[in-house]
Amino acid sequence: MVAVDQPILELRNVRKSFGSDLVLQDISLTLPEHHVKVLIGASGSGKSTLLRCINLLEGIDDGQIFLDGLDISEVGVNQDSVRSHIGSVFQSFNLFPHLTVLQNITLAPRYVHKKNEDDSNREAIALLERFGLAEKAQQYPELLSGGQQQRVAILRAVINRPKVLLLDEVTSALDPVLIAEVLALISELKNSGMTMLIATHEMGFARQVADEVIFLHNGLVCETGSPTKLLSNPHTPELAAFLTALRGAGRL
Amino acid sequence: MSYQPSQLRAQREEARRLASRRSTTIAVTSTLLVGFFLVIIVAGAPGFDRVRESFFSPHYAWKAIPSVITGLWLNIRVMFIAEFFVLIFGLIIALSRTSKSPILYPVRLLATIYTDFFRGLPLLLVLFLVGLGIPGLQISWIPTSAVILGTVSLILTYSAYVAEVIRAGIEAVNPAQRMAARALGLTQSQTQRFVILPQALRKVAPPLLNDLVSLQKDSGLISVLGAIDAIRAAGIETAQSFNFTPYLVAGAFFVALTIPLTRFTDWLTKRQDRARQQQGAW
Repeated sequence: MVAVDQPILELRNVRKSFGSDLVLQDISLTLPEHHVKVLIGASGSGKSTLLRCINLLEGIDDGQIFLDGLDISEVGVNQDSVRSHIGSVFQSFNLFPHLTVLQNITLAPRYVHKKNEDDSNREAIALLERFGLAEKAQQYPELLSGGQQQRVAILRAVINRPKVLLLDEVTSALDPVLIAEVLALISELKNSGMTMLIATHEMGFARQVADEVIFLHNGLVCETGSPTKLLSNPHTPELAAFLTALRGAGRL
Repeated sequence: MSYQPSQLRAQREEARRLASRRSTTIAVTSTLLVGFFLVIIVAGAPGFDRVRESFFSPHYAWKAIPSVITGLWLNIRVMFIAEFFVLIFGLIIALSRTSKSPILYPVRLLATIYTDFFRGLPLLLVLFLVGLGIPGLQISWIPTSAVILGTVSLILTYSAYVAEVIRAGIEAVNPAQRMAARALGLTQSQTQRFVILPQALRKVAPPLLNDLVSLQKDSGLISVLGAIDAIRAAGIETAQSFNFTPYLVAGAFFVALTIPLTRFTDWLTKRQDRARQQQGAW
């Protein structure tokens, strides 16, 4: 029997360095099921590295990462199997250009989750219909707008029913109109109960979807709290400086 | 409101028309001039009549055609068989050279030595080593036919080239593609098969076809081992008549054989360039 309050994702004292560059100093955080936590912080604060450590694209130096109670940072864990339970979406979409939208979305269901082609297609079409992308199913990514490409990339991760969805600055490469359609999709995923860890520079969006905001600074969790409290009433001088800089750039 | 072309537009179109007419005139004039001087230089050469008689004699050309065509049929079979194996071996070597798996380390090492060696070794030497050296070993189960050993030499040499082309393609695929595939839970080999290779082969299709064109042409070299291909057949004709026209006949057939593939390569390159211009590189 699994304890009711066991988080889907838990990081304990995670450290990661690239050479002599200590990117994550001592990160601990928990993400309960159906919760959305948003990572904010300046470029280089370790947000992307943190997400890449969670889906095992980077190995950590010290500490532990638990996914649904299983220590996925353990040596010898089946990384492919772990990744199949984690959804990842990147800043640069990374759709496969030689595959149609439908083939992009059904690749993992068919070859990782071993579903048959008909079921995968049916499921993918239903998902595309739900998010207004059904008529793009047979098109190649190059014909889609950036916003459409990123929405397809999110659906490509969502179709596998991941235990947690990691979004790494998914709107940074988009203009404001396209950002809105991607954010609308993410909001809807939140409403349907998706557990998410999001790195973003969109403070308005953080305020809207986050159950908790985590401010990273120099590879450390500097401050956490509800979005309203954190963004309007920072306690640490680091967060205050970060918010001032954002305000100066007109992004808050 | 319907669109009324402005004065400005009429002027622009007139200027463009004039410019294009000028380009055509210049192209035609320069072509005629070059052609004229070529004819003067070649036809005016002191030995022109003798060269024409020994290289461009319609009589000997006509006589040589049947035996050259018979030989050409051998070249065509050698080409297709060699191309088939070259693509398979090239792919296997490229895949093993780009794999990161420690268990494949010896394979990777061998593949590296192989490509270095056979890319550097002249094809003519390979033909001699394989075609004359192997029969010399007198091992009973190894075929000694010049055609088979010649084809093996072509495969050995061209697999090394093709492997390098395919490897370049694999390495040119954006690393983010591999990352995205692995993040979905695809294994290393699934990533290679469904995501990396299809993109890599598309990228290198023009240089790959270029190597195949070169292979087609080089299939004529198996004649040095005594296989009676088109070139050897032309040589036999020449030896009887002391007229070199049969070689030119064989040459014309080789050019004709490679033209479809070269045209296709050009077409493919152009199409890819256009696609790249339209959407930014991928």
